[in-house]
Amino acid sequence: MRTGEPVADARPVEIQARRWGWRHGGRRDAAIAGLDLRIAPGERVLLLGASGSGKSTLLHGLAGVLGGDEDGESRGELLIDGRPPEASRGRSGLVLQDPDSQLVMARLGDDVAFGLENLGVPADAIWPRVADALDAVGLRLPHPHSTANLSGGQRQRLALAGVLAMRPGLILLDEPTANLDPDGVREVRDAVARVADESGATLVVIEHRVSVWLPVVDRVVVLGQGGRLIADGRPADVLSDRGGELRAAGVWLPTDVPWRAHAPGSAPPEPLMATAALDVARVPGDPVQRGIDTRVDAGRILAVTGPNGAGKSTLALTLAGLVRPDGGELAARAALAGDLGSEPWRWRSRDLLTRIGTVFQNPEHQFLTGSVRAELEVGPRALKLSSRERTTRVDRMLDALRLDPLADANPFTLSGGEKRRLSVATVLASRPRMLVLDEPTFGQDANTWRELARLIVELRDEGVGVVAVTHDETFVEAVADTRLVLAAPSDDGDERVGSASAPHGDSASQGTQRGVRA
Amino acid sequence: MSIGMVRPDLPLAAVNPVAKVAATIPLSIALVLTLDPVSAGVAIVCELIVFMAIGLGSLLWSPRTLPVWIAAPLTGLSMVLYGAPSGATFWEFGLIRISEGSLEIGLATMTRVIAIALPAVVLFLTIDPTDFADGLAQTLRLPARFVLGALAALRLVGSSIDDWRTLALARRARGVADRGVIRRSLGQAFALLVLAIRRGSTLATAMEARGFGASAERTWARRVHFGGTEWVVIAVGCLVAAVSVTAAVVTGSWNLVWS
Repeated sequence: MRTGEPVADARPVEIQARRWGWRHGGRRDAAIAGLDLRIAPGERVLLLGASGSGKSTLLHGLAGVLGGDEDGESRGELLIDGRPPEASRGRSGLVLQDPDSQLVMARLGDDVAFGLENLGVPADAIWPRVADALDAVGLRLPHPHSTANLSGGQRQRLALAGVLAMRPGLILLDEPTANLDPDGVREVRDAVARVADESGATLVVIEHRVSVWLPVVDRVVVLGQGGRLIADGRPADVLSDRGGELRAAGVWLPTDVPWRAHAPGSAPPEPLMATAALDVARVPGDPVQRGIDTRVDAGRILAVTGPNGAGKSTLALTLAGLVRPDGGELAARAALAGDLGSEPWRWRSRDLLTRIGTVFQNPEHQFLTGSVRAELEVGPRALKLSSRERTTRVDRMLDALRLDPLADANPFTLSGGEKRRLSVATVLASRPRMLVLDEPTFGQDANTWRELARLIVELRDEGVGVVAVTHDETFVEAVADTRLVLAAPSDDGDERVGSASAPHGDSASQGTQRGVRA
Repeated sequence: MSIGMVRPDLPLAAVNPVAKVAATIPLSIALVLTLDPVSAGVAIVCELIVFMAIGLGSLLWSPRTLPVWIAAPLTGLSMVLYGAPSGATFWEFGLIRISEGSLEIGLATMTRVIAIALPAVVLFLTIDPTDFADGLAQTLRLPARFVLGALAALRLVGSSIDDWRTLALARRARGVADRGVIRRSLGQAFALLVLAIRRGSTLATAMEARGFGASAERTWARRVHFGGTEWVVIAVGCLVAAVSVTAAVVTGSWNLVWS
């Protein structure tokens, strides 16, 4: 089906911003103001900046999806090839961060064809272009393949193919790999690199983790608060000259580890919970992982890693007492259970509060109220603490996680990093002895990462047992004490736990995960 | 988690969904006009024969049609207990009055529910939402914006089901799941709504960035045909309706609801 034509035969786009600015409707301050920027046709630009610097606004502006006068107010000029972006539909293509929310159609081929149909491409010309685009991103699956069954990395590549089929002269990527596991990140990055080479299209990508994109881009632009241009130039120059400013803005510089934990105390750890041949399942009777032997210790951080689909999150929910084990044994020790039985999934919801705290991957899933303060009070209230004790605890959490200026804000309106901090704070307000975190550092900038890492290690030193499900190798290496690796589900349905290792390679004593089956 | 995926190997899966929906309309109209056991009974027999003949027999007794088989007798039973009494009375208890007339109405209602719902459910199991949207937009010429918007929204239902489960677990984790089921469910529903709106607006941005809603004339990658097979399907639907009505009239049980 390949046509042999280049994937994008459109001319690369030139971008020109002249004193450009945008204020979202209902906001007092402009998201971006007075931006002067020229990007030459075919340039590949990495756009950096702290949250609140208006990076996404600029990208959405270039894609022509900011909306009209009722959505906000535009100043100055933003032009692609000398015309406003809204008037050049199809000249630019945008890939967003969330892999789940940008698939339009139920079948792979239909999803790629969607943009072409909208552009009015004749039906006969559509399918060869769909095949080319899927080929270019390396998705060699049949066209009727269900988009619901794709991994995160595959979904992002599919979104890229959908953009590519339109043969845009400008490819815009808004944190396309922030929500992916390391394999997914590589898949998508490599697909983008190949596509950029083949098509010669202009490329603008936003991403916190610089090292991922450095091999692909030839220019780095750094925006400060409100879209002020802080730095602009060749990647090597910008990163070496402006390292300090970039770090302050939360940008991940290559080889940077924002913070490292010290080793835990030498006292033998006290076990809080142990599993033997544990099977875990979201849907009862349909286990996603079998035969897990592990232990959660007070004052230690256990990292659970493994590829997508290995059942990491399900294990976390099971250890957290939210989902019933599907087989095998899971027993809470007296140090955790207190006067309750050893089966956490039978405990009352209120009894979990002081025992096991759970931080969900998406903070929005756990918000219950209309203000940050009320959100922090939920746990203490359920514990029936006195109002004085409540206030003390809440104030301390507000202070510790720098949330006090936001005490009256609605949790849903916070930024990604603020939401993450709040979701952790709400759990800590009821002082659990064990903490379960699902991807605590996902999509966070380096500043939030450092704060979270410090906080988690502080808790460890206070004797809290921590379980963190994570894809983040830096986190495992710099923060975790032990690691449990879950193997990918195998086709015969007989999944087994993989290997275990000690992340702190230099200190074998605090070492290996006990009792993990190889 | 996804909803609405059909097995493409099912018989009738390749037929234009518009024809399949159209085929059920004549019978539905006929059965709503009259309230008698004969027309609906004959219709059920015809339906069983037709579906078994084309290889959809296994779907008649599947978990997806189970609600029909459960709901129909219950509807019938309520008519038996509370329907307008006439003829001999067999049993009486408070408001309940089982009579010759109410038994007849109960039977007529039960068969009606089966005769109308069964083909609808079975045929819908063979309809892929994407094909249905194509049919609505290309065969019936409904506006593409509306049809494709609804189709994309349908995709989000699967995500919402996952969200709902996670929201429930999160409430347990936060210590508020021991009591107040109703209030908690309301709050959870609101949270689900917020999440759904968020997802929806991201999806809308992604669709807009790919030219959806642009002024250019839209083309269709998947061509929808409406030919001989489609007309045969509709004809079979009309035939079943005609046979049912004729049987009812011939046996003298035809009974217009307003007469």
